[in-house]
Order: sequence, then structure tokens, then C-alpha cells
Amino acid sequence: MTLPLFTPDQDPGPSFLGLLERLGMAPPEFTGSLEADAITHGTTVLAIRTIEGVVMAGDRRATAGNFISQHSVEKVFPADRHSGVAISGTAGPAMEMVRLFQLNLEHYEKVEGSPLSLEGKANQLSQMVRSNLSAAMQGLGVVPLFAGWDERLEQGRLFQYDITGGRYEERRYAAGGSGSLHSSTVIKLRHTPDLDFSTAVDIAVEALFEAADEDSATGGPDPVRGIYPVIATIGSDGFERMANEDVAVRTTALLERLGDRSDR
Amino acid sequence: MNMPLGGYVSPEQLMKDRADYARKGIARGRAAIASTYADGVLLCAENPSNTLRKVSEIYDRIGFMGVGKYNEFDQLRIAGVRHADLKGYSFSREDVDARWLANQYAQILGQYFTHEMKPLEVELLVAEMSPEVGDDRLFHLLYDGTVMDTTSHVVIGGEAEAIGARLEESWSVGLQLREAVRVAVGALTGSDRELVPDDLEVAVLSRDGERRSFRRIEGDDLGELLG
Repeated sequence: MTLPLFTPDQDPGPSFLGLLERLGMAPPEFTGSLEADAITHGTTVLAIRTIEGVVMAGDRRATAGNFISQHSVEKVFPADRHSGVAISGTAGPAMEMVRLFQLNLEHYEKVEGSPLSLEGKANQLSQMVRSNLSAAMQGLGVVPLFAGWDERLEQGRLFQYDITGGRYEERRYAAGGSGSLHSSTVIKLRHTPDLDFSTAVDIAVEALFEAADEDSATGGPDPVRGIYPVIATIGSDGFERMANEDVAVRTTALLERLGDRSDR
Repeated sequence: MNMPLGGYVSPEQLMKDRADYARKGIARGRAAIASTYADGVLLCAENPSNTLRKVSEIYDRIGFMGVGKYNEFDQLRIAGVRHADLKGYSFSREDVDARWLANQYAQILGQYFTHEMKPLEVELLVAEMSPEVGDDRLFHLLYDGTVMDTTSHVVIGGEAEAIGARLEESWSVGLQLREAVRVAVGALTGSDRELVPDDLEVAVLSRDGERRSFRRIEGDDLGELLG
């Protein structure tokens, strides 16, 4: 590996993906087909907008067909200091997409000397999802959620994507993956415009619990192994992941509350 | 190599001319200081512009300073960021180190010095903060590709000798950030003028446990440190 120097007309600019392409290191286009059941999938993720910013959460299960392939997988990641990304879909391409997305944001910030705007970050991710389209057509789809603190507007913002790279900004909440229907129903019923982080975290824990209750691919809380959902808050102080013990306390409180209801 | 038409120039003369040319270009620029302190590495440059940077971040624990011709050292800076990010992406983040980067810079500078139309009019510093106290490294690169490394302090740019002598007098191992900044700014300033925070560009590679250790110290924070 030597120092990558370019003539001005060949310069790839501040994009890390552009640099990989210029050096012939971009991942090869996926062709052919494969058995989707044999591949690890990540399942339910969600994001809730509050007055303090955005809460992101994901369950911990990865499945391959009817097997559970991972009990403690992580699906919520910091994208940079002030934004986060959560993924559902085929785990391999999704993890790689997150890694490249994180690198791309950091690379831009270092080369240019200032970070991309939140809008710019959301558009970058849109292009990355779109460039995965041919793989998605073969069953290797990746569907991320993106959220961050917009320093210009001084508010949390939240974006949802489809496999073609379509980018949709959501005002209230979004969910992705196999348990998204059940989890978003829970959020929908409890969402109010004046939510704070703490209440939104409780809603997220409950939404993932209900999704796991109805969807076999979504993992519920696992007190035996000490595995609880990954939850992060993204506010003016940036991306902050909640400690596992704190999520455990919230989950225990929820389970006690549910246990009091005799009709379950 | 370019030969002047009809004349012979000895290799010694040619190299001397090139070195003089590069030194002249570098001496016109203002100086910058890198020094280690208790909690990492301090990078401090005299730079009245707050958009055209001399001090920047390369990687998690690696910082960069350049003096001389802006477009030349900035191109090298960007190449360094690209190289580090590529290496971290291909292997792992812990495999990216400053020594390798310094050697690459040395190759490029040496190549320009002997083979191109003109040498690069730059002097570079690559700093690496180590998680272990006392292991921080400063790599100093000259226009002809010479590399030197130290664990204490380096001055690059114009009037480096006078500033270096002042720095040597007041610097010591294990200074706190506030003292380290004052010592560096004092050495840059000298006795016959004043420097205000707006004339300075200050950053640290801080041993505070964050993955990206590079922090700029600007505005009120810098004023408070110099206070």
C-alpha cells in the first residue's frame, strides 16, 4: 500500500467510496442467486422522535431461516458523533454498509475539515442503499433507519429508507424489519408530541417486547444471559448508548407491570 | 533530471540549489510547534487564517502539521488521511501507525527532491499519541525526505532555530496542558511581539480514552488557557 496521490483531474474528492472506486477496491457487484434461508438476517429496529432528540432501539436476534443464528447481535450503531444508524435485513451486507457509512462520514470530515450536514449524511446513506439494489433483488436487502441531531435546526431528525434507496423523513417514529408492524403499533398508540427521552425509552422497550411476542424472528429480553435490547439516545450531546444494566432495569419494570395484567 | 542547455552542473551544486530553493520557501512561512505533555501531544501553530489549516487530524491517534506552501502540504495531508482510512478499512484500526505514514511521506518528499522539476517547499510533522504515557512519537520530515523522530518537542517552519532554543529553555517532561500551551506560545512569540488567540491554531491528541483523540482548542477555550 503506497500513499494515494492523484492528479487534480483524477482526484476522488472527500468521498471514501469514491476513493475505493478509483483504486479498484470497491466491492464487486453481486450477481447470481442464493438461498435466502441460509443467510443471517437482522430483524426489528425502531426510532422514536422526541423533544430532546431521537431514541433508537433494536432487538438482539439474528435468524437464518428458522434457526436463531445469533442471540446478541447489535443493530444500532453510531454513524458519527451526532447521528446513529440502525439496520435490518441481511446481516453481512448490512454490517458492511454501516462500516462504510461510518468511514465515509469520518473521511469527509477529516478531508474537508468540517462534518457533512445531517441532510447530506441522510442522502449519502440513500445512495449506499440504492447501490445495493442488485443484491437486494437477489434477496440480500438492507433497510436502515438513520437519525441524528440537526445542529442547524436544533432538533432531532429521523429518516427511513426502502430497498431502492428511497429516503423518507418521519416526523414521529419509524420501524424496520420483521417485527416492525407490531412494534410500530405500540409506538403509534403511545406517541405524543411532547415525549422526552425517558418515556420514549420505555415505549421502545415495550414495542420490542410486543414485537418479540408476536414475531418469531424478533428476540425478546433474555434475563438468563443478560441480553437486552440495544438502545441509544441522540440529542444535542450526540450519540449515547444506554448501559445494558439500565435497559435491564427498564425491562424488569415493564415485565412486572405486564405480570399484573391477568389476561395475558 | 533537467539539464540546463549547453552547460554542466555538478550534482553537488544541483542538490545545493534545490535545498536552498526549498529552504527559502519554508523559511517564509510561520512556525509551528509539536510537543508532548502529560496527557498526550500538543500541536500549536502560528496561523492567522482560521480556514486554511496547518494542524489537522489524520487518524484516531495521529495528527499532522505542515508549514511552507499550503497547496503542497495540504495535498500530502489528504493523501495521509486517505492512506490511513484505507489501511484501517482493509486491515483494522489498530494497524494504522504513524511510523509507516512518516516513511511514506519521506519517500514522496525524497522523490520530489531528486526527480521532479522542483522540490516540495514543505516541512511536515506527524504526531502519534500512545495510550502509554511516555511513548508518544513525533516524526519530523524535511523537504528532502529526511526523517527524524523524538518524544519531546519539534519546531518546524521559519525561525525554527530561535524558537527551538526558547522552547528548550522552558519545556519539560510531563507538563500539564495549560503550561504546555503557554510554553509553546511563549516560544513562538519571543520577546518583541504579542500573539492573540486569533493568530494561533491549537489542537491536542488527548489521552482521554475517546477513539478519535484529536481536539481543536479554539476561541474562548484557548483564551482561557492563555488567560
